[in-house]
Amino acid sequence: MRSEYKLIFERSKAGRRGCDLPALDVPELCELVPEGMRAERRLNLPEIAEVDLVRHYTNLSRRNYGVDNGFYPLGSCTMKYNPKICEELPALFNGLHPLLDADMTQGALDMLYHLDQALCEITGMDKFTLQPAAGAHGEYTGLMIIRAYHELRQDAARTTIIVPDAAHGTNPASAAMAGFKIKEIKSAPDGSVDLDALRAAVGPDTAGLMLTNPSTLGLFETRISEIAQIVHEAGGLLYYDGANLNAIMGIVRPGDMGFDVMHVNLHKTFSTPHGGGGPGSGPVGVKAELIPYLPTPVIMACHGGRVTLDYNRPLSIGKVKSFFGNFSVMVKAYAYILSLGGRGLREASENAVLNANYVKEMLKDTYGLPYDRICMHECVLTPGELEQGGVRTLDIAKALIDRGYHPMTVYFPLIVHEAMMIEPTESESRETLDAFIAAMKDIAREAKEAPEALHAAPVTTPVGRPDEVTAARKPVVRYTADEDNR
Amino acid sequence: MTPNDRRYTRDHEWILIEGNSARIGITDYAQDALGEIVYVELPAVGDSYAVGDSLAVVESVKAVSQIYTCVEGTVTEVNEALEEAPELLNSAAFDTCIAVLEIASVDESKLMSAQEYDAHVAAL
Repeated sequence: MRSEYKLIFERSKAGRRGCDLPALDVPELCELVPEGMRAERRLNLPEIAEVDLVRHYTNLSRRNYGVDNGFYPLGSCTMKYNPKICEELPALFNGLHPLLDADMTQGALDMLYHLDQALCEITGMDKFTLQPAAGAHGEYTGLMIIRAYHELRQDAARTTIIVPDAAHGTNPASAAMAGFKIKEIKSAPDGSVDLDALRAAVGPDTAGLMLTNPSTLGLFETRISEIAQIVHEAGGLLYYDGANLNAIMGIVRPGDMGFDVMHVNLHKTFSTPHGGGGPGSGPVGVKAELIPYLPTPVIMACHGGRVTLDYNRPLSIGKVKSFFGNFSVMVKAYAYILSLGGRGLREASENAVLNANYVKEMLKDTYGLPYDRICMHECVLTPGELEQGGVRTLDIAKALIDRGYHPMTVYFPLIVHEAMMIEPTESESRETLDAFIAAMKDIAREAKEAPEALHAAPVTTPVGRPDEVTAARKPVVRYTADEDNR
Repeated sequence: MTPNDRRYTRDHEWILIEGNSARIGITDYAQDALGEIVYVELPAVGDSYAVGDSLAVVESVKAVSQIYTCVEGTVTEVNEALEEAPELLNSAAFDTCIAVLEIASVDESKLMSAQEYDAHVAAL
């Protein structure tokens, strides 16, 4: 059945068709295209019958693995289950065009305004822009706001953003893109921010600190008030990376911890589609003194419940996305927030934390646990003593595939040797967690008894272990049908 | 074996000082932890660096890591062989320098002997 895995181009047969189009009954106007710009040969598009086309993509979709298939414990990503009702609701707004006058779209604008208000209540911020289309886009927007704030205060010497070594890679990348210099500070032995290193790093050049709390190690920064004080006293602002907000909803708020700017990943915390299935959405919230810098238009409520769009904001950093951002994603997030309510969101976070601690406690005698303390919504393990037998994190991740699970996040955070980061999310039952724990223990047993079998995993997939080294050293990034086309 | 002819940093770089020049590379522990190295971003000859600056970037199948300088100075030479064969860092970490710097100053307090470095690694 190897032929099952052919590319659509490899299934092509000259002359075969999926549909019959009527013959062209108007003249071809090739001459309208300048000579040098005309294609010299036909595009190499696959020629295939409809039934073969349908089978090809149906079979591909069956080989896909998502949270609708099974457990998906990818840490730092919050791959929670998305309720199907939320997927249906954006269709209610299908008749709208974004260029319609605000008077004719009050319902849609009202929803956006109330989503902004709900996010403010959950995070402790004073106002949100819903425009950014992803988490990193939100980071970039937030950093532009920080820069605008310092520039208006005639404090343009603040050009450095401080980032802990445990941060998400997007933090230093976004800061560099926004034109800042990056200063990395090391973590303390317990995995939290090293306060002495932070004190040594801040100064008159400090524009701000980017932080995730809980950190990427899944640990709560208990000295967050002190961290905020150090940065604020040095004249910098605090940026909260909302990637790990799923651990704290309804329990503690970034705005109360001292953060000035933050983004929320609607596609992580508020259950909208993720990754390639997106699009994403990364609303940015700010404290009152930063509201003037938010992108335009700002969605405002007037007396009488009317919602208006305010474009007259001379200090704004400008637009960061066309129209209102990814509107249909916001409908899904708003539906999720309303359907859970305040108590439900808190319960979601509590269960996410409980599930992660359950997995951690059940596996800590089998695997290594670099930080043995109560974790938040995700836990970090290592192969521990299994490494002496030659088994590494990559082997364990591949062996999970053979046991029907999507692997956890591997080799992140970078500061943990052979890290395995597990985020079960709140959606999973005790039975699912127990089955996963049993699979992990079975892998550990195999690692001791037959480590070479683990090196061969996965054996149940169409492709075993791709040659990652050659792929990275000599990447072939373009498919070509034959040698002549290269 | 960790060679005795050079000094080491806590971040797993080695530095071999000969007269006024410093050869900088990564330790065997570093290459083993990184896994198979697929790309090295080298500095430019003539660029100046302060202690603690990022001198080069090493990318493995697992991660992308910064290589920091433990001396202040100007790059006089880079190991161009790494552009085509980054795996040299895996096969011979102590024999493969990444860059050579002309030393302006060096902070001795941050450097370890081979014995001290071995103890540092053993405690990790």
